[in-house]
Amino acid sequence: MTLLRIEGLTKTYPTGDAALRGVDLALDQGQVIGLIGPSGAGKSTLIRCVNRLVEPTGGKVFLGGTEITALGRRDLRRARRHIGMIFQEFALVERLTVMENVLSGRLGYVGFWASWFRRFPADDIEKAFGVLDRVGLMDQVDKRADALSGGQRQRVGIARALVQQPDLLLVDEPTASLDPKTSRQVMRLLIEVCSERGLAAIVNIHDVGLAQMFLPRIVGLRAGEAVYDGPSAGLSADILTRIYGEEDWTSAAAAGDDGGDAAGALRVETERRIVAGAG
Amino acid sequence: MAAVTRSRPRRWRRPPLIADRRVRWVLIAVALAYLVVGAGTIEVNWTRLSEGLARSGRFLSGFLVPDFTSRASDILQGMIESITMTVTSTVAGVALSVPFGLGASRNLAPAWLYVCCRAIIAFARAFHEIILAIFLVAMFGFGPFAGFLTLSLSTIGFLAKLLADDVEEADPSQLEAVRATGASWWQLVTWGVAPQVMPRLVGLSLYRLDINFRESAVVGIVGAGGIGATLNTALDRYEFDSAAAVLLLIIGIVMACEYGSGLVRRRVQ
Repeated sequence: MTLLRIEGLTKTYPTGDAALRGVDLALDQGQVIGLIGPSGAGKSTLIRCVNRLVEPTGGKVFLGGTEITALGRRDLRRARRHIGMIFQEFALVERLTVMENVLSGRLGYVGFWASWFRRFPADDIEKAFGVLDRVGLMDQVDKRADALSGGQRQRVGIARALVQQPDLLLVDEPTASLDPKTSRQVMRLLIEVCSERGLAAIVNIHDVGLAQMFLPRIVGLRAGEAVYDGPSAGLSADILTRIYGEEDWTSAAAAGDDGGDAAGALRVETERRIVAGAG
Repeated sequence: MAAVTRSRPRRWRRPPLIADRRVRWVLIAVALAYLVVGAGTIEVNWTRLSEGLARSGRFLSGFLVPDFTSRASDILQGMIESITMTVTSTVAGVALSVPFGLGASRNLAPAWLYVCCRAIIAFARAFHEIILAIFLVAMFGFGPFAGFLTLSLSTIGFLAKLLADDVEEADPSQLEAVRATGASWWQLVTWGVAPQVMPRLVGLSLYRLDINFRESAVVGIVGAGGIGATLNTALDRYEFDSAAAVLLLIIGIVMACEYGSGLVRRRVQ
């Protein structure tokens, strides 16, 4: 069953930059896709148009039965409760504790004064402890977010998104600030929780190797247009050239640009295998 | 190999701020000429200077034997007025600065509200405390109420502007994350903005408490009540020993404020 449907989405910034030029995309319930493409291709804009942190200039977005792009401010806030978001630089509120950061995922469900006095319903507290347990941070609950390591912070980010009990996750470069090992652990956790909860997700990722390792379906974006939509195994050298431009995709310094170590080598090996399989 | 190295420049200089050499030298010459002419117009009256120095000697000797007792009730009343004025105006000023400051933040407020709040803040900042006090004394009469209004207004001008600038510099990704959860505007302010700006707001409020106490002494001189009025009277009567007592008390209280606010600021970081 289709959960998210994007039709002819366009976004032109006031500066005149066309970030999206008519993107169509459909996502089934529980389906996780990777969105790849060069910097400036419109990946971040695309996922922000889904929950309208960025207001699209044209096109429609449907989530379940509701047309997100037609909602008024109040209804938009309600709709956002069902869309969790995970960020590149974690975007935790640094001076709040881990628990407060996770509970901020429930803000859409509680009134202002309850949130002001940190008086969340017992159900919400239980949910928060539940997700914290799932991401393995039970003993960090009362630490301040800025006291955690990168990997731990992204786990808090995941917990904050999960506690919303969303239908859809929008994930913006979840591993860009992490080292290769932590990146893989975070990606694995993300995929696991999505399948446990039947969550659909759009994962922006610029590391092609990592995308192929974890995400079965890939959408390639170039200059605001979807130029590829298919299985990650189908990412041949030709397709990568279509997405990123001319480059020797079979040799060492491939798409993943933050590698250069063991994980980088492994990524290249994966790519070789896939390229060979496609060719 | 050698040919390649030789073809590259071996001298490099940082580009000057003003590219045109002639403009640069003309500007320097004009500045020097102004300095010389300006210095020439200062008239130093040596006799008055020496008289003033003699008077300052008497003043200093008064300082050595400050007299807290003979004007004790005046000093006490002035102090109580000043401290009341300081605390009430700081509380009122901070309380009003928060809404004005939020309204004057481009990343939180719609354009019309932003313009209104920035205009009000600019107006509150336009006049020095003394000028405000002269106006407000003329409007509301002598006494600490005019002083309270003066200090409240200038607190808004100071704090609302700094708060707004701070809010505008808040990390946008943290705000985005809170907004993405479906939070309302007020929840965005209390959960996304407040944690980022609170330590500085507390620090600035305490700093403003210091300033307001010092200013309360100044606005008293133009009739807005408080310790400044007492000080002014003492000086008018050439009672330098009582004046010295007042000044010492001011110094003591300012230092105590400074120490106290330093302690609190370290706590909230």
